[in-house]
Amino acid sequence: MIDFQYTRAADIADAVRQIAGDPAAKFIAGGTNLIDLMKENVERPSRLIDISRLPLREIEETPAGGLRIGALVPNSDLAHHPLVAERYPLLASAILAGASAQLRNMASTGGNLLQRTRCYYFYDTATPCNKRAPGSGCAARYGLNRMHAILGSSDACIATHPSDMCVALAALEAKVHVAGPGGERVIAFADFHRLPGDTPERDTNLRVDEIITAVELPARSFAAHYSYLKIRDRLSYAFALVAVAAALEFDRDAIKEVRLALGGVAHKPWRDVSVEAAMRGAPASRASFARAAEAMLRDARGFAHNAFKIELARRAIVRALTQAAAGTPQSQSVKKIR
Amino acid sequence: MARKFRKRPSGPTIPAPAKIPVSLTVNGAAREIVVAPWVTLLDALREHLGLTGTKKGCDHGQCGACTVLLDGRRINSCMTFAVMQDGAKVTTVEGLARDGTLHPVQQAFIDHDAFQCGACTSGQICSAIGLIAEGRAKTVEEIRELMSGNICRCGAYPNIVAAIRQAMERERS
Repeated sequence: MIDFQYTRAADIADAVRQIAGDPAAKFIAGGTNLIDLMKENVERPSRLIDISRLPLREIEETPAGGLRIGALVPNSDLAHHPLVAERYPLLASAILAGASAQLRNMASTGGNLLQRTRCYYFYDTATPCNKRAPGSGCAARYGLNRMHAILGSSDACIATHPSDMCVALAALEAKVHVAGPGGERVIAFADFHRLPGDTPERDTNLRVDEIITAVELPARSFAAHYSYLKIRDRLSYAFALVAVAAALEFDRDAIKEVRLALGGVAHKPWRDVSVEAAMRGAPASRASFARAAEAMLRDARGFAHNAFKIELARRAIVRALTQAAAGTPQSQSVKKIR
Repeated sequence: MARKFRKRPSGPTIPAPAKIPVSLTVNGAAREIVVAPWVTLLDALREHLGLTGTKKGCDHGQCGACTVLLDGRRINSCMTFAVMQDGAKVTTVEGLARDGTLHPVQQAFIDHDAFQCGACTSGQICSAIGLIAEGRAKTVEEIRELMSGNICRCGAYPNIVAAIRQAMERERS
C-alpha cells in the first residue's frame, strides 16, 4: 500500500483544521470502503485523519420531534436503536438490507453517505474512468454495465450510488449537518449527492474541508406504511440491481402523503417529487401505483446489459407500494417477496 | 544467478514509513506492537503476533474469513488498520477455548461437521459467537441472513446453521 501519515483528530475543530491544511488528506471512521479503495490504489490519501474517537455516537430526539443521529453511530447500532426500529422502520430495514453484520458493526452513518460507487471500472486502475481519473473516459458505457445507471447518467459516467441506507434517508427527507472552516451548515438530503454531469469525480456537495457531524430525521416517519424492497443477484450481501423505498400515509382510503426513492439506478438515490405530488389524493390501487412507476421511469435509458432494470424497477415500485399500503413490509430475513 | 549492481542505485533514498506503537489486549493478554499505519488488524494478528488462526481470504471485506471480535463485536479485521484500534480488546479463534475445553460454538461445529476445508471456519465461528451475543437471530432464516457475511466455498452452510442452532439452544438452556 502507498505510504501515508496517520493522525487523530482531537475534536471537530481540529478535524476541520487538519483537513483544510492538507487537501490530499482523508478522514477515516469505519474504514470499510476507504481501506478497500486504498488496497486497490484507487484512493491515495497523503494522510488519514482518524475521526473514529470523536464524540459523535449519540442518537437524540430533536425538539421538532425527529432524531439527530451522530455521524459516527455504527450502521448496526442505528438499525437496532429502539427509536429507529419503532419510529423509522423504513430506515432500519434499508440498513439491514445492506452489507453484512460485520461491516454494519464497523461502518459509520456519515461514512455510509460517502461510499463510492462499486462500478468495476472505477475499481480497476487499468481502465479509463472519469470518476477516478477525470478526462480518461468511461469504460462502463461500452463495457459490462449490468449494475449501472438507468436514470440521470451522463456521457461522462453511468455509475450508481451503492448505499441502501441513503435511499431510505432520501425518502424520509433527512438533513445532513456538516462543519467546516466557516462554521456549520445543513444540507437537504436531496442536495447532498450529485448527478455525474461533467464532474463525476464529485460524488457529493460536501466540500473537501467539511466533515459530516450528524444526520437529522424529521418527525414524519411513515412507521405504519413502508417497505424497503431490494432486488439483487443473490439473496444477501450484494449490492442492489434495483431497490425501492416506499412510504405512505393515508387519509381514509386516499393517499395523503407518499415518498418513493430508488436505489441502484442512478448516481444518487432517485426521487421525483412530481411523481409523489401526482399520487396524492389517489386511491392506493394497483393502477395508481403502476402510473407512478411509469412516471418514475419515464426518462430511463438502458445500456447493453442493464436495460432489464427499467422494467424490473417498474415492477419493484408497484410491489413495494403494495407492500407499504397493506402494512406488510418486505422482510429482510425471510426473502420471499409477497 | 543473482546479478550484482556495480554501484548503488542513485537518487534520493525513500524514507521508511513512520511506525506507531499500538497496545492491544488479544485473547486476554496485553500485547504491544509497533507497526506502519497501513498494517491492517488482520496482518497485525497474523504477521506481528503470530496468531494465524484468523485467515486472510479476500482481504476486501467480502468473505468474512478474517472475522474477529473487537470489543465483543464481530468485524472484518482486514478492513481496519491496527493503529486505529489502539487500546481495543480483540478475541480471535485462538482465544475461545477455556482450560482445554472447546468453546460451545467450536464443539458444535465439530458435532455437526460444519466444515470441509476449514479456511472459513475460524471466521464462521467468531461470527457465530458475535451473532449469538447480539441475540437477534431466532429462526433459521435469521441465522442465514445474519451469517451472510461469511462465505463458505465448500458449501457447508446447512451444517453451519445446524451447529449455530445447537450452540444457541445450549446457551439458552
